[in-house]
Amino acid sequence: MEKQKKLRSVSDTPKHKIGEIFATGFFAILSAIIVFPVFAGLLASFRPGTQLIRRGLAIDLDISTMTLDNYTYLFSGNADSQKYFMWYKNSLIITLASVVLTLFVCYFVAYGLSMYNFRLKNFLFFLVIATMMVPFEILMLPLYKEIIKLKLIDTYAGVIVTGICSASTIFFFRQYLSGLPKELLDAARIDGATEYGISVRIILPLAKPAFASMGILCAMGSWNAILWPLLVLKGANKFTLPIGLNTLLTPYGNNYDVLIAGSMFGILPIFIIFLIFQRYIIEGMTTGAVKG
Amino acid sequence: MKGKSGKSLTAKNFLYSQKVAPYVFVLPFIISFALFWIYPLITAITMSFQDIGAISSEWVGIKNYTKLLKDNVFHIAIKNSAVYMFWTLVLLIPFPMLFAVLMDSNLVKAKGVWKAILYMPALTSVVISGTLFRLMFTEYPTGQMNLITQALGLGTFKWLKMGWSGMAALLVVACWRWTGVNMLYFLSGLKAIDTSLYEAAEIDGATGWQKFRYVTLPLLKPTTIYVLTISIYAGLAMFLESYMLWGGNNSPNNIGLTIVGYLYKRGIEKNDMGYACAVGVVLLVIALAINIVQLILNGTFKNEEE
Repeated sequence: MEKQKKLRSVSDTPKHKIGEIFATGFFAILSAIIVFPVFAGLLASFRPGTQLIRRGLAIDLDISTMTLDNYTYLFSGNADSQKYFMWYKNSLIITLASVVLTLFVCYFVAYGLSMYNFRLKNFLFFLVIATMMVPFEILMLPLYKEIIKLKLIDTYAGVIVTGICSASTIFFFRQYLSGLPKELLDAARIDGATEYGISVRIILPLAKPAFASMGILCAMGSWNAILWPLLVLKGANKFTLPIGLNTLLTPYGNNYDVLIAGSMFGILPIFIIFLIFQRYIIEGMTTGAVKG
Repeated sequence: MKGKSGKSLTAKNFLYSQKVAPYVFVLPFIISFALFWIYPLITAITMSFQDIGAISSEWVGIKNYTKLLKDNVFHIAIKNSAVYMFWTLVLLIPFPMLFAVLMDSNLVKAKGVWKAILYMPALTSVVISGTLFRLMFTEYPTGQMNLITQALGLGTFKWLKMGWSGMAALLVVACWRWTGVNMLYFLSGLKAIDTSLYEAAEIDGATGWQKFRYVTLPLLKPTTIYVLTISIYAGLAMFLESYMLWGGNNSPNNIGLTIVGYLYKRGIEKNDMGYACAVGVVLLVIALAINIVQLILNGTFKNEEE
């Protein structure tokens, strides 16, 4: 009680108020700097693409010169628009499939690594860490040849399959699961639950926050992935959104209308998911980075 | 249960036993590890000793590596990646840490808003952010960066045509993308620190700096190691930021060429897989060496065994 009183009195002092203004102001300015490129891009998406090339991302708040032309063009259903939404659909399919597969596979692997004591446990966990220590880019070329051999080139499966057992996701899940009381398992066993039943019915519901946070991180990674899809997907009808947008980046700039409007519209789904699941991102990070 | 034969029952019992279950759980990892990690890793190493042709491949020993030693373009790539990594460590660890400490204090209002905004760049694809920054770093006087330098009386720069400013542009993109993410890492580390430690320090009469130095910093160490590890890795393997900033894998005088950029150029654009794999192996050795030294210095492996 006494302490609370003390805190309240501290937050009322003029010194504290000034600190509050400076600290909050600092983050407001930092946020403004961070928002700037996207805001400028958003403004530019309401102007013809030719202006973008001539003037760069000039901040021009004159509403009278703004038009929705780029967006009406994007949604017009013409060839460019169809192409764009095909990429969009491809990205959605790949993202959804890889998030679902990655989450469940990684959860069960992490479950095995954290809930049991078995001979290979430490060795396998060491291997999980080891895979994180090797940049994907080194494996990229042999993996590319392997995917060709497996006849998975130019398929969604080829894009997804190499990333399902994501070491970082296993790591996060393991950290999260190690924090749960093991007595839960013994209690369930006494009640006659099987090992797999426990993992699905008892522990999985408890790991929901970890699923949410890993889900959004995986979704972001998959939605924005470029390098690997760029190698695997060959046909323009298989392209994901980032790769498709990248093909619009010709030096002649005749596609900048679609590019800028499409870029802004492409941020949207991930942004909405982020706003909904925001707190889970931070919670997920807590379980991962804190215990190291 | 009754309908099942004794044999399948024992097989089921076996699969469901507490001894076997963990292996069933980790099986997907073992398969994925073999197929998509150890196999390509070994292939990358063996390919680096070969001259990979369209039809047949020839064993050439260490020729690819001796060629790398004399390859000036590769040296530029290593230098660029190393400089980039160094500066991302300098810029993206202390500052996000301080921002997190400030954010964690009771001084900041509307925390949720700032956290969400600072995290936003991580949500955008490199294709989009790279394009936006390319437009901002344009050499025309109407570009944002040139507007800033003109306002400061420094005139205009051809940002993406000079070594130092090209690197600066890459670092601006890196800071823009990762400051918020790293801040959130540190923030979650701070949340895990027991507040009673600060109270104890206060009772002992510790100043704000002393509390930071003797409570926050040591207890943030696991988070710091984590951020350091991923930053070293990400810095050395950076490629797409450069690819997007220069609109392709070509920058004037290779000012934006990174190790992975060179690997991509050799392996994919010039179809010289053997040589590209040698580049990859060198990257692997550098990344591993730095990270292992860093982890040993920080005593991470000791903790793991406990």
